[in-house]
Order: sequence, then structure tokens, then C-alpha cells
Amino acid sequence: MPDLAFNQIIGYVIICIGIIFDLFGVLGLVRLPDVYNRLQAATKSVTFGSAGILFGVFVYSGFNAMGFKAILAAIFVLLTSPVSAHAIAKAAHKAGIKLTDKTIIDLYRQDKEKSEEQK
Amino acid sequence: MKLETKSRIVVFFMSLLVWILITMVFSIPSLVAGIVVALITAIFAGEMLIITERKFHLKRVWYTIEYLLKFTWELIKANFHVAYIVIHPLLPIKPGIVKVRTKLKRDSALTMLANSITLTPGTLTVDVDVDNQVLYVHWIDVKSTDIEQTTKDIGGRFEKLLEEIFE
Repeated sequence: MPDLAFNQIIGYVIICIGIIFDLFGVLGLVRLPDVYNRLQAATKSVTFGSAGILFGVFVYSGFNAMGFKAILAAIFVLLTSPVSAHAIAKAAHKAGIKLTDKTIIDLYRQDKEKSEEQK
Repeated sequence: MKLETKSRIVVFFMSLLVWILITMVFSIPSLVAGIVVALITAIFAGEMLIITERKFHLKRVWYTIEYLLKFTWELIKANFHVAYIVIHPLLPIKPGIVKVRTKLKRDSALTMLANSITLTPGTLTVDVDVDNQVLYVHWIDVKSTDIEQTTKDIGGRFEKLLEEIFE
């Protein structure tokens, strides 16, 4: 091992874990059938993976400007990623993108049709 | 003191703290620049942070910590769930959109609940109906379609804590 400090080794390990979960998210984007299921994989794994990488950078660099920037970016990713997923899912449903054939229930569509009938 | 002024002061000190943390340069010019930027932020966007007058409770801090721990645990669980589904050769999914009832009324609490649901295993918030207090949730592995059961399974994990923190 070259001269790495203890916290740098832990930082590298956390970065590697983050990259592995990012990989699962990408795999989910390719394998899952429709836009909603793909969003599930994309938001969860990519949020955790990216936040993990940034947290690893914080552990690696310690309490300095770079570390705090990484922490702030991680908090930002954690707060905004679910919101954008929610916006994409709602827009997709509004645009009439069909759910996959495996879908067993869509109460959202049923409720929307009901409220349109009442109008 | 007026609520708006109070909110602006809090925003000013928070922005200044963030500035100091991300620059980490303790010289006079840097600090002056930070104060100017924080002042501009406080003047233009300061009134949005604190909207209602509330007393500070130590209990609320405890609930926030409990919420963060629970949230982290659920996030890790969610990631292993996604990894399992994605690696499995047959893709064991049973997707659908179900309804979840909620008791929360405030916008901040509803936002946090929707975000938490999105980052917990197998669920993704599609829409929020504020008038009827219903969340529409895409569930990758639907276990029941009954609204009472889904409320208990999906919303119940966080609702109580968020109610204590925000309401």
C-alpha cells in the first residue's frame, strides 16, 4: 500500500460502494420495463450512489473546503433528486405514457377519469 | 420582532456559515465578500424560511434525529431491494399505482413525506392531492390495493415523526 492515511482508505472504500450502487441504478434503467419502474431504480440507486461518492470525498479530504463542498452537494442531491423524479413521473402520466403490461392496478387514472366525468 | 425580520436574520447567518465552510479562507476580504453575499441573499430570499411562529422544543430535535436515522436505514434497504430486483434474472416486479391517505396538512411536511416515500423501498410518489389529503404512489411490488393497508405500509413509517417535527 502506498502512503495512504487511514481516512483516505475509508474514503476510497465509500466511493467504491457508491459507484457499485450507481452501477445497479444504470442496470435498472436498462432492464426495467416502463418509465415509472425505471425512475424507481434511477432515483433510489443514483441518489444513494452519488451521495455516497460525495460522502466518500468528504471522508477522504477531511474538514476542509473540498470536504464541506462535497457534503453540501450530497445534501442538495438528497433533497432535489426525489422532487425531480416526482415531477417526471407526474408529467409522464399526464402525457399519457402507458404503464407496462405487468401493471395490476392504476388508481391514479381511475380517480382522474372519475373527476373528469363529474365536470 | 416581526416574523419576516427574524427569518431574514436567520437566513443571513446561515448563508454566512455556509460561505465560511465552503471557502475556508479566514481573511478580511473573504469575510467581507461573504457578508455582502449573505446580505443580498437575506434581502431577496430571506422571508421564505420561517413562516409560522413556533416555540422551540427539545423534543423536536430528538424526533428529527430519529427521523434521519430511520430515513438512512430505509434508504439503504431500498438500495438493496433495487439491486435484488435488477440482478434477478426474472425481474420479480408487480407494479401499480395505489393511494395513500395522509393526516399531514402543511406543505413542508407533505413535501418531506413525499420525498421520504420516494426514497424508501419500492415506492415512488407520483402526485399529491392536497384537497383530499391523498398521495398517489407507484409501488413496484404491490402487496395490497386497500387504502387502509397501503396507508399503514407506506405512509405509516414516517407520518408520525413528521407530524411531530413539522405540525
